[in-house]
Amino acid sequence: MAAKFETPTLKEYIEIPHVHPGAMAESKSYAAKPEHNTALGFPGELVENWEQVAVMKLGDLVSKSRALQVFLDSCVKCGACTDKCHYYLGTSDPKNMPVARQDLLRSVYRRYYTTAGKLFPKLVGARDMTKDVLDEWYNYYHQCSQCRRCSVFCPYGIDTAEISMAARDIMDAVGVGQKYSNEIIGKVHRIGNNLGLPEPALADTLEGLEEDVKDETGVDVKYPLDVKGADVLLITPSADFFAEPHVDGLIGYGKVFHAAGISWTLSSHASEAANFSMFIGSHANLKKQAMRIREAALDLGVKRIIVGECGHAWRVAYSFWNTLIGPFDFLDRRYPVPQHICEFTYDLIQRGALRFDKSANDDKVVTFHDSCNVARASRMGDMPGGQFIIPRAVVQASVNKFVDMAPETIGEATFCCGGGGGLLTDELMEVRVKGAMPRMQALREVVEQHGVTHIAAICAICKAQFTKILPYYEFPMDMIQSVHGLVSKAIRLGPVNE
Amino acid sequence: MSAVTVIYVVLFYVATAIFLAGLARKVYVYARTPQPLKIPTTPAPTTRAGVWMRMAREVTVFESLFKSNKWIWLFGWIFHFALLLAFFRHLRYAITPESFLWPFVSLELVQTAGKYGGYAMVIGLLGLLGRRIVVDRVRYISSPSDFLMLLLLLGIAGSGLMMTFVSHTDIVALKAFLLGLMLFDWQPLPASAPLLIHLGLVVVLMIVFPFSKLLHAPGVFFSPTRNQVDNPREQRWVAGWSAEPPTSGRAG
Repeated sequence: MAAKFETPTLKEYIEIPHVHPGAMAESKSYAAKPEHNTALGFPGELVENWEQVAVMKLGDLVSKSRALQVFLDSCVKCGACTDKCHYYLGTSDPKNMPVARQDLLRSVYRRYYTTAGKLFPKLVGARDMTKDVLDEWYNYYHQCSQCRRCSVFCPYGIDTAEISMAARDIMDAVGVGQKYSNEIIGKVHRIGNNLGLPEPALADTLEGLEEDVKDETGVDVKYPLDVKGADVLLITPSADFFAEPHVDGLIGYGKVFHAAGISWTLSSHASEAANFSMFIGSHANLKKQAMRIREAALDLGVKRIIVGECGHAWRVAYSFWNTLIGPFDFLDRRYPVPQHICEFTYDLIQRGALRFDKSANDDKVVTFHDSCNVARASRMGDMPGGQFIIPRAVVQASVNKFVDMAPETIGEATFCCGGGGGLLTDELMEVRVKGAMPRMQALREVVEQHGVTHIAAICAICKAQFTKILPYYEFPMDMIQSVHGLVSKAIRLGPVNE
Repeated sequence: MSAVTVIYVVLFYVATAIFLAGLARKVYVYARTPQPLKIPTTPAPTTRAGVWMRMAREVTVFESLFKSNKWIWLFGWIFHFALLLAFFRHLRYAITPESFLWPFVSLELVQTAGKYGGYAMVIGLLGLLGRRIVVDRVRYISSPSDFLMLLLLLGIAGSGLMMTFVSHTDIVALKAFLLGLMLFDWQPLPASAPLLIHLGLVVVLMIVFPFSKLLHAPGVFFSPTRNQVDNPREQRWVAGWSAEPPTSGRAG
């Protein structure tokens, strides 16, 4: 376990800390065991000529990615990003400033692949690939949630997530994997979801949900699994099957499908929307994980694919599925492929197909947390920024009292929950708590000024992270809600014209 | 021809060759390297025209930088704008009155703006240098080369101002020298200290350009987070490894 640490105090506004070198140097996530690495096609442990392998892998990645080519050359170290990372703001460790985090890798790139770095390493800050450098990579590239907040503010659009993914890919290539991510990806390859829930356990869970909803509403809402010929295949993070508040979201999706009279199904083969292969930058694993979803869609003969509430899963689905596992010419092209559950619900609301009794949520004053991968890496609807408008519209259809947090902390500038990108693991609790500080600061402001009682999110990681983090900042842990949990409470089941 | 003239003639040819070849090579590499996945930073335009607009705002008014930090934006934008003014002012040394650009370059306004733009350039550069020294987190990320780059540009601006406001150079002879360079009909270079320093530093700048962070100039146009259209659902995107046929699914 991590050493004891102090939860940051929330100030009136965010103060940019002075640099405190080495503040987070001790915070490391557990290393993957050999079997976790080999299951993904990586060497089990640190290979013998690892320096050479790492440098070769770096060159290979750069030659295959225009993003890396441009990002590694272009940084002028202007400092615009230095105060943009929530981990720097919360920890004051200067290596958590985006430019410094990138430079951990850039310094090695300079040394081996640029004229200036070969000739004058000291002058341009170029370093040899040493064990110290590798350790530093392991430490600080696992203190990056790949939230891309820095990429919004960089004058050249340099995206630390791309560099962090490349660094992790290189570390995997030399046999230094991270336990949390690699073990999970292995479970998806083997069983189909992050939690390792086999088909019978899924079926049981869904049956239990049906009973619960029947008890609560008196209505037979179905939570179908592996139903061939259903219209919609729902792909959702496996946390939705049992974690709180995630499961309220799943209950909500079922109610929306029921109210709309649209047949749907989950798949035991593709029972996971999350794709942690993105976090470790592994193209082959990214594709392999996603491929289960295409297979399930074809096997079940569905017409549409809808993705549940999960941030990076939506990024992978929205931005990468068509590339990796498309074309989706076997689906109904009258609908976006894939479609987000919020887009789906929003369309039904627009068409007047759903009825709500907002007063069911009158015990709540709700604010909305834009999850980073949705906000800065994806879209909903047909206009830029639809990803901000649509989830809010769904929340506002379900609750009477809604308040937004400060504009500079939401939308494209949203502060990360502090737990994304493969950091949602107990040994990184200090990083997670400190990294959540800017989000908690903005939350406290609306709690004090507007009496906000709940924060809604559409990302499984945000929900799991907030459940753990909120109590550190003296907020109740059940403050965090699923957007479709709110929908679930307010939606009226039964005929529309009743 | 004096030794000084010969040295500067050679330096200019070498520097120009390194500058052009180095830059062309980098632009070729950027253009040729595929971007296998769509990674625009949203909210991003959904059309090509929208992307052009976004890029135009980035390179003219530094939109993203304006969002991030008003001080860096102010000093950075002043410097770059002054650079543009100085470029127009300097054009008259490199073109003849027959050029279609001449009526524009010879405008009193362009010449005056360029003249006083030199001061703005120094103010911008001093501001950026000051941040590097005073702000601890910017100091932390700075390499020696980051300081040297600013000092080099300050040297160029300072020596240029010297010639304009303190010790005038024989401008007619200078123009003859520069036109001679381009027409391979070499003319003597006026031997005044500020001019030799000014031109010497410009030569250094041209040589380091393709090997330094100055590559942000062409790089920004190739940045996928800024130049990609946000339409992955509407149009299937494949490039590089994402276009390769599926392999066994093993990592590699």
